[in-house]
Amino acid sequence: MSKKAILFDPTRCIGCRACQVACKEWNDLEGETTTNRGSYENPPDLSPKTWVKLEWREVERDGKVEWLYTFRACLHCTDAACEQVCPTEAISHTEEGFVIIDRQLCIGCGACVEECPFNVPRLSEDEDSNAIKCDACISRQAEGIMPACVKACPTYALMFGDRDGLMADGSKRIEALKANGHGNAYLYGENELGGLNVISVLDDSTTVYGLPENL
Amino acid sequence: MSFAESFGRGAMTQPWNDATHSDCILVIGSNPAANHPLAFRYFTEAKLKGAKLIVLDPRVSQTAAKADLYAHFRSGTDIALIGGMIRYVIEDIESHTEKYNLAYITEYTNAPYLVNPDFKGPGELDGLFSGYAGGVNETDVSKMKYDKSTWQFQLDDQGNIKIDKTLKDPRCVFQLLKKHFARYTPEKVSSITGTPKDTFLEICRTFAATGQKDKAGLLTFSIASCQHSHGCQNVTAYSILQLLLGNIGASGGGINALRGIASVGGSVDMALHPYVFPGTPQPQDTDTSLDEYLERVTPTTNDLKSLNWVSNLPKYFVSLLKAWYGNAANKDNQFGYHYLPKYIKNEDYTMMAYAEAMERGILKGLLCWGQNWAVSGPNANAICMAMDKLDWMVATEIFPTETTDFWHRPGVNPAEINTEVFVLPALSSLEKEGSLSSSHRWIQWRWKVADGPGVAKSELWMVNKLVLKLKELYAQEGGPNAGAITKLAWEYGDTPEPHQVAKEVNGYDLTTGKLVDNFTQLKDDGTTSCGLWLYSGQYTEEGNMMARRDPTPNTLNEALHHNWGYCWPVGRNIIYNRASVDLNGEPWNKEHPSIWWKDGKWIGDVPDGPAPPMTEGGYKPFIMKADGVAKIFCNGLDDGPFPEHYEPWESPVRNQMTKQQNSPCIGVYRQEEKSDPERFPIVGTQYRLGSMWNSGAMSRNSPWLAELQPEPFVEISEELATEKGITNGDRVVVENKRGQVKMVALVTKCFKPFNVAGKTVHQVGLIWHWGNMGLSTGDSANVLTSYVGDTNTMQPEQKVFLVNIRKA
Repeated sequence: MSKKAILFDPTRCIGCRACQVACKEWNDLEGETTTNRGSYENPPDLSPKTWVKLEWREVERDGKVEWLYTFRACLHCTDAACEQVCPTEAISHTEEGFVIIDRQLCIGCGACVEECPFNVPRLSEDEDSNAIKCDACISRQAEGIMPACVKACPTYALMFGDRDGLMADGSKRIEALKANGHGNAYLYGENELGGLNVISVLDDSTTVYGLPENL
Repeated sequence: MSFAESFGRGAMTQPWNDATHSDCILVIGSNPAANHPLAFRYFTEAKLKGAKLIVLDPRVSQTAAKADLYAHFRSGTDIALIGGMIRYVIEDIESHTEKYNLAYITEYTNAPYLVNPDFKGPGELDGLFSGYAGGVNETDVSKMKYDKSTWQFQLDDQGNIKIDKTLKDPRCVFQLLKKHFARYTPEKVSSITGTPKDTFLEICRTFAATGQKDKAGLLTFSIASCQHSHGCQNVTAYSILQLLLGNIGASGGGINALRGIASVGGSVDMALHPYVFPGTPQPQDTDTSLDEYLERVTPTTNDLKSLNWVSNLPKYFVSLLKAWYGNAANKDNQFGYHYLPKYIKNEDYTMMAYAEAMERGILKGLLCWGQNWAVSGPNANAICMAMDKLDWMVATEIFPTETTDFWHRPGVNPAEINTEVFVLPALSSLEKEGSLSSSHRWIQWRWKVADGPGVAKSELWMVNKLVLKLKELYAQEGGPNAGAITKLAWEYGDTPEPHQVAKEVNGYDLTTGKLVDNFTQLKDDGTTSCGLWLYSGQYTEEGNMMARRDPTPNTLNEALHHNWGYCWPVGRNIIYNRASVDLNGEPWNKEHPSIWWKDGKWIGDVPDGPAPPMTEGGYKPFIMKADGVAKIFCNGLDDGPFPEHYEPWESPVRNQMTKQQNSPCIGVYRQEEKSDPERFPIVGTQYRLGSMWNSGAMSRNSPWLAELQPEPFVEISEELATEKGITNGDRVVVENKRGQVKMVALVTKCFKPFNVAGKTVHQVGLIWHWGNMGLSTGDSANVLTSYVGDTNTMQPEQKVFLVNIRKA
């Protein structure tokens, strides 16, 4: 079984957040009560009820005002810290390479929440208090359909498929970006933590996008 | 309205995915990345193929953030900006003719037409065109109009329009256009709009490059272009630019009005507007007979090269009457012409007029079908107060809204409001079957996917019950023009079938009882019926064409699809496509042809007008215009044959073009409500979010959407924030003469102050989806907009007004 991945291209993203809503719809997650803190971004953070959110960064580059979008969700690391620290082996990889939590085995210790370099898992607010996060829609994958966020994306900023193929595509896009003056363009997730299964085509450096570097 | 004048049809010219063939896309008055995301998919694809995206917007919108070239311009100054681009193109046409398609301009537009020698323009008359009844900055409303006699063309002794194909005659449209826009120098443009001159020139250069025969430029706009006191002229300016560049009719070119789903497109086609019936003008009181009406509205021409398709109007109108009145419409009763209500010539029947009529107690009742105008209409407080004065109101709605519940809005005492309000719960579009017309004239059938709640009914069901009851009452009690209702052919039973209605819209051959194939089979002798000739072909003996979902593209041009849904008219994807070929039927651009004349027939798209090429006895390509060509000199519009820059009604500055401050025909209700720039010096505009929709009746009741956007906000520049001591996230009050609203302040780099004639002018943008009802509530930005409109349409000037802002 070949490894699968999600490719996120912020240069194609238009900030519509159909991905956020599709995730909630598929996974039956409630809408949170939010306020406007002077931003288009909401909810303010991931939570037991919010497994994906888009971060908006307003930047001025070469005199141009732009919005840079960062896809905040589980990035499904190969060397997943959460899996490594879990005391009950509740966390594992699917054959396709996605990281999932078996909530029956989870004891809610919170170690994964502490150790995740991307600050992704959250403990659910019910009495079980289990770790909860994006599961790459494995129930959809089992039926041969793509994750809900990918399906909802109107501009193909999100794509799903074989990791090798998406990596090759991503690399070509990085080359094109570099040729077009984006000298710091970087394919995030190629090698980080053994390779991530959610890869981002950044048209600028990692830190500009608010992602941890040197992992 | 502007499109109909320029080209002949009020419609988006290209399919959505045709943008992938564009070399350059110019977006103005529109934010498709937020509000038409699927359209933006195709813009994204175009960019990946190397197309350049130019975005003109008062602030960096989500679309502008993706632009290759972005320029800000002050809201309400479109004409100055585009006028400057027109000037650039004209100069370039004269100095680098080979880079443009001169044959297109001379053969397919009225550029070579000679205009009445007495015609004068604003450059000579302090901002007015010749024929104005009043003076500069006229205040007497009865004099704020034009006599268009001097706007007519010169005729030879045979009655044909005199032309000069060399475009050199000083009275030809091209030279008059040049003279008119010569005043729109880059310096003047920059001074009026606040757009930096260099960026402006770079934009001119980039978009003008699509004037080459093998290049195509698409111009896209939306409602931000239209909601101005000179909205029609805004669009006319865009059209002139596209005609000079030869982009109309071409694949990858065109001019796309991006309309909202299930609202503007279909409602315009089905004539849910005053002054029009489906596909034809509405008769007015001075049309005392069917013949008189038909004579007035049916254009004639001497031009043997013009197909003048609208000369078929009598067939469509009579067929419409047969659809409505069935056997009660015959040759001997003028097909029921006298049943039809006629509007009083020159009377205003648009939204602001009827709101004022309600306020004055002239209109007693209102049927409000799914419209939440308490949030979306201009001068929202005035609209609510107008509803307070009604005797009764019926609202069909999916959720309780600010309109259904106006009578207990904050600040009013329900005991003092005597309006009896009936709310009829309605089914949403997913809870019933029917057709939906998208912006690109694509009619797609939709199926029911869920049951509606409780006793909710479709509006089709409601209208049926209403008419059956009205028929009963009129039959019993009589009433003025009772026949209008009692004689309606109305055989829908208790539960009307959308398929039955769809077929009636398609039309029948009444002699055989069979559905017509399309409008070419309609007759004016009462033997055919058709509910809307434009849609004829949507449901034929072959079946429901709107239900087709075959994505197989056209073999000549893969952006065209003829087996998916029904594209009106007659499946034609790109309208005016016969302008995309030369006189021999060869495409100007062979890489992306729309149509091509090969072996004695057209291949590709459905040709626009079933005629061979010009050199083989064909007809000119703009078949919906009487003379077959597109108009650059638009002498049918009420406020001028050329677009001219005037300031919005509320503006912080004087007009730098001429002494005439506002559009000379501007329609103003409530002059006393004008916000003065002394107290309110900041330009305000309002716009939408991608996560909310229109008045929020549905979207603000969705927990997932309310989570994304919980409350309304106003975007302000960092400079203005500093000046006012406002920090990002602060609560602020935005106010003007008409009221005040509380919003969250979003301090952003996306707005930058404008330099207008050396003076700093600030602009802010309010999000307008909110009201006091629903899951997510907030103040309505439209409290601040005014009862001012464009004379041609009375479209309210909701996109620009004056405000001030302070911390709450």
